[in-house]
Amino acid sequence: MNEITVFIMGKGYRVPAGLTIMKAMEYAGYLLNRGCGCRGGYCGACATVYRLPGDYKLYADLACQTPVQDGMYIAQLPFTPAERPAYALENLTPDGKTLLALFPELARCVACNTCTKACPQKLEVMDAVQSSLRGDIRQVAEFTFDCVSCGLCTMRCPAEISHHHVWQLARRLNGAYLTPRAEHVKTRVEEIAAGKFKGELDKLVTMTKDELVAAYKARQIEA
Amino acid sequence: MGTYPREIQESIERVGATRPARLANKPARLTLQEQETLLKGFHPDYRAEGKRKLKVGASWGEPVPHELADLLEAYPLLDPGSVDVSKPDHDVDLLVIGGGGAGTVAAIWAHRSGVPAERILIATKLRHGDSNSIMAQGGIQAADKPHDSPAIHYLDVLGGGHFTNDPKLVRAMVEDAPELIRWHEDLGVMYDKAPDGTMSTIHGGGTSRKRMHSAKDYTGLEIMRVLRDEARTQGIATIEFSPAVELLTDGQGQVVGAVLWNLETSEYAVVRAKATVLATGGWGRLHIQGFPTTNHYGATADGLVLAYRAGAKLRDLDAVQYHPTGAAYPDQLVGLLITEKVRGMDAQPLNRLGEVFVHPLEPRDVESAAFIRECALPEKGGRGLGVVTPTGMVGVWLDTPMVDMIHGPGTFERALSSIYRMYVRFDINPTKEPILVYPTLHYQNGGVVIDEHGWTGIPGLYAAGEVEGGVHGKNRLMGNSLLDYNVFGRRAGIAAAAWAKKASPGTPSLTHARRYTEQLKSAGVAPERKAPILLPEYRGEKALSRMVDLL
Repeated sequence: MNEITVFIMGKGYRVPAGLTIMKAMEYAGYLLNRGCGCRGGYCGACATVYRLPGDYKLYADLACQTPVQDGMYIAQLPFTPAERPAYALENLTPDGKTLLALFPELARCVACNTCTKACPQKLEVMDAVQSSLRGDIRQVAEFTFDCVSCGLCTMRCPAEISHHHVWQLARRLNGAYLTPRAEHVKTRVEEIAAGKFKGELDKLVTMTKDELVAAYKARQIEA
Repeated sequence: MGTYPREIQESIERVGATRPARLANKPARLTLQEQETLLKGFHPDYRAEGKRKLKVGASWGEPVPHELADLLEAYPLLDPGSVDVSKPDHDVDLLVIGGGGAGTVAAIWAHRSGVPAERILIATKLRHGDSNSIMAQGGIQAADKPHDSPAIHYLDVLGGGHFTNDPKLVRAMVEDAPELIRWHEDLGVMYDKAPDGTMSTIHGGGTSRKRMHSAKDYTGLEIMRVLRDEARTQGIATIEFSPAVELLTDGQGQVVGAVLWNLETSEYAVVRAKATVLATGGWGRLHIQGFPTTNHYGATADGLVLAYRAGAKLRDLDAVQYHPTGAAYPDQLVGLLITEKVRGMDAQPLNRLGEVFVHPLEPRDVESAAFIRECALPEKGGRGLGVVTPTGMVGVWLDTPMVDMIHGPGTFERALSSIYRMYVRFDINPTKEPILVYPTLHYQNGGVVIDEHGWTGIPGLYAAGEVEGGVHGKNRLMGNSLLDYNVFGRRAGIAAAAWAKKASPGTPSLTHARRYTEQLKSAGVAPERKAPILLPEYRGEKALSRMVDLL
């Protein structure tokens, strides 16, 4: 087996090459509770920072998605203290000032781009901050749609912005107020309330298996 | 190109060579008889040696996978004699066990039904939102287009479940579906829409109408994070890293809360509640029959264990859902989900020779069985036409470049950005090269028996989401799990709130756990096995073999 050395919080362990950081920690004997969630790159629980030998840079990534490298120094950041102001969506308006009013620290952005470099999803985080300052909620929502709220940008930000909470609000404002509603959904909800399908469903729930199989086979499949 | 090993490159060239003809002709769907033959021959559920009949409890005699039987026929992890549960640390109207989609929806709707936020507690094993709900990619079904109807949706669900579903649960699901999509719009979920607001919808396996609503291929993440934010808006308290290890019952046979265990400090906490909603999710991390899984770290069937000890009945747990397209290469991605949306957007499954061997959108169990037959060796009745990877995994191709060829350049990266990102990290560009896939353990089709209000039949205990059974029968269709947790999370939350208004819980006890322990002893179950297991064991063998408990 091809083994390499990784340093988990400064202590060296020999682990098989090719493992992800998460699996390497487990191989070394760690029973993870914090710092491990979906193990598939969606939940953002396994935010991790690391350095490589001979390299001044501090890298940031998800432990479940990142293969180990020889000589890697690893520390997990299993929790990000972040301020979410109290708000209720129904009391907000999706105008240019909403984000800045709730998150005034956005104005402290110095455009250093450290947030963008820290993003494991490779999102244009700083551009999203700038769009927030301009009050362009729709653009913030688009830029940050793939955010997994891992908190790595927040932990690196000199302006102390709680990015993922800003993005969450922007996406909700966009979805609820800046995107046209689906008229066909509203219509169908009203039809169901008016009992339009009741007779048909009453009949279906009492059908025998043979009758159901026949009805199932007779379905037209939409092309 | 060039990231796949040389022996696999040749097969990729064949895939490219057959593509023009395949773009022109779509494969036919199987008949019900053909589906049945395929399932009996190759679906892992049909391997009799994979399961055994339960010898204790309310579902005595029912066959379930060995991996689950080992947990149901196991002694309480928390020794009932070692703790005093009569004095509650928390006294609430509603305890929700599980902080995924079902639990969060239940808490929100209980609050909307009149339970004050400070009288609701969500207890969860990991963080709020860390769940299978957040990992769902492809979409959520709802019959809300003019040419569709809840009745057609109903038939699709029943056919997908091989007519084994509970009719009243299916009806509840298809009738509530459009209303929940509407609710999501109110909350600000960013569904994929045309500029005029019309939902962009596509087919899923086994659907007869295009009713799969999506939010790119992060549908589960988008819905879950909005729900979590809404629960925070309402001020509902959540205790994280505190799984329930046993339910509590009183002298009248009611469930009156649960014992939590702090994963970090090892302290226990007693929660007394007038009503309890079980929303603990599924069982993927039991790795049934050795399959890899798409599931999150905490999917260890805890809720089934707890409910069963309290007397709940279980159903359809002999049916395991293997998602047809788990990643099979590279090694770091093995088992991870490749959403069915990729096939919904016309990528075809192919064998080593570049031939289509099944319609891309059969129901999941049928599609998986077809993949297994294609890869199984001829001496085992298979066709031996899978692609073998350098680490010995076998898989079939999913011809991902077809997505952009049919729907236009840039579609894959926009509509399937999570899959794109996952592969590009490993230098594979799915818009240029096909990807290798093989079935992976995905979903718990069955679970705790409930009625259409999420009630388990035990006073005070409700269940919602993957932990319950009956909605999907023996096989769930794509897009009905997100729908299930929303529909039954809401129904359970409303019903639990109504119960809490009139309930009078007695003194909490572990009497039921003691009684169950006696049954285990009578059945001759060896005392070593303990459950729930809470977390799967992934530590290295060498490290484990040298561990000693000193402090």
